[in-house]
Amino acid sequence: MAETHSLQDMRQQAAIAAKVFIQRDYTNGTVCQFQTKFPSELETRIDKQQFEETVRTLNNLYAEAEKLGGSSYLEGCLACLTAYTIFLCMETHYEKVLKKIAKFIQEQNDKIYAPRGLLLTDPIERGLRVVEVTIFEDRSLGR
Amino acid sequence: MKHCEYQQIDPQALSTPTPTPTLPLQQAVVQEEKKGETARRKWEVFPGKNRFYCDGRIIVAQQSGVLPLTLGLILVTTVLFFVFDCPFLLKHLTVFIPAIGGVLFVFVVISLLQTSFTDPGILPRATPDEAADIEKQIDNSGSSTYRPPPRTKEVMINQQVVKLKYCFTCKMFRPPRTSHCSLCDNCVERFDHHCPWVGNCVGKRNYRFFYTFIVSLSFLTVFIFGCVATHLALRAQGGRGLMFALQESPASAVELVICFFSVWSILGLSGFHTYLVASNLTTNEDIKGSWSGKSGAEDTGNPYSYNNIITNCCSVLCGPMPPSLIDRRGFMPVEESSQTVATEIELAAKKEINVVGGPTPSQLPPCALQVPPSPIPLPATPNHLQPDLQTPV
Repeated sequence: MAETHSLQDMRQQAAIAAKVFIQRDYTNGTVCQFQTKFPSELETRIDKQQFEETVRTLNNLYAEAEKLGGSSYLEGCLACLTAYTIFLCMETHYEKVLKKIAKFIQEQNDKIYAPRGLLLTDPIERGLRVVEVTIFEDRSLGR
Repeated sequence: MKHCEYQQIDPQALSTPTPTPTLPLQQAVVQEEKKGETARRKWEVFPGKNRFYCDGRIIVAQQSGVLPLTLGLILVTTVLFFVFDCPFLLKHLTVFIPAIGGVLFVFVVISLLQTSFTDPGILPRATPDEAADIEKQIDNSGSSTYRPPPRTKEVMINQQVVKLKYCFTCKMFRPPRTSHCSLCDNCVERFDHHCPWVGNCVGKRNYRFFYTFIVSLSFLTVFIFGCVATHLALRAQGGRGLMFALQESPASAVELVICFFSVWSILGLSGFHTYLVASNLTTNEDIKGSWSGKSGAEDTGNPYSYNNIITNCCSVLCGPMPPSLIDRRGFMPVEESSQTVATEIELAAKKEINVVGGPTPSQLPPCALQVPPSPIPLPATPNHLQPDLQTPV
């Protein structure tokens, strides 16, 4: 029994070769931005431009979510006047953008990363700390 | 759902596509039924010291502190005001007095409950993979066989050097302005302080509720104080004296005393937090003197301030509402539930402590309104989550 489990685990572990973590970039303060530096582990798998483009688009989406502007102030003031009870019924601007981000990551995974044996994890599942890139073993090489 | 199949597995056939095996044992069947029926929600395995109610919708600190006292004082004073003072003032002055009192009271109670029951901006702990990755990076720059001195990482924020500390409990470098609350055992973003009156940490997500609470409470206290004083003055008119007025309306004396003793601290607190909001500081940073140049470094302005009072106020109070990062009501991934069978007893006990545990109101001196966090992070506590090496695709 135990052997079967460990064999199966081995098989699953063989599938995941490594995980790369793209850390946050704090040069502009506490806004959610990720480093665009291309990690060396991905050099063999994906084009640098492509990857940097993905991270840059993600950063732009998060900047849009946290943007201080007319509409966010309006939302904030309206919320204050209603003693913040509208947060219980209404979806905030940030949440709407988070849904957009989830869709974007799904799209990127389907079109670009999955065919190359990579998987992007939505940063919200990691507390907006990192973008986790899972590198799967190249099956064609066998093990 | 992942299943385990019992068959002779040829090691050479490992490169073939993964079949979907099933566990035929009775125990496993029960386990699978359990998995389907009672998938755990993430709040049930939350590693911090918080308690959850309403199936994860409400989050509070482990000890409710003096929240019942706060609520009680506010309720008692306001009810006494409406019952004993409002009828007189309604007759002799204007109908707006109870109306304004009512609106203020509603604001105070709603913002208090929101401050107490909202996730203050808790950062979930690093997954084992992340922690291992960070350890690898640190070890690359220097090795040690014992626990090293507090690890720090320096980053440039708006052309200023800021040190990020490593949290040994959460196993990650804390983002800027984040601090670990020892009472709640969580890292909280934009940590302000742990407020015992409210029974929760005050951080990025609930600071605006807290500020609304103390400002509206100041207004309410001053309003009640003023109205009660007016009431007594009106009754004492015509040479009848204050004692006569107090005899006619003894409840007013109670309200006067409560309001008189609380108005100074509440007004003071509101003033202090208005200053903090205008300069985009947190209580934690102000107490430690992070940006006031006490450390002797030259260029230590606040790198997060917009250098404009209005922009600071707007960004702190009216900015976009950040989401909760801990996903209390999400379901645990299925591999986790199979691995938690061994620790179910532990988890059940924890659940009881989380949900049923009675609060132990701490006796605090009235002047200790804020509790700054401990500057030293706690040593790593056992993590109830099993290592998650397989990410479901």
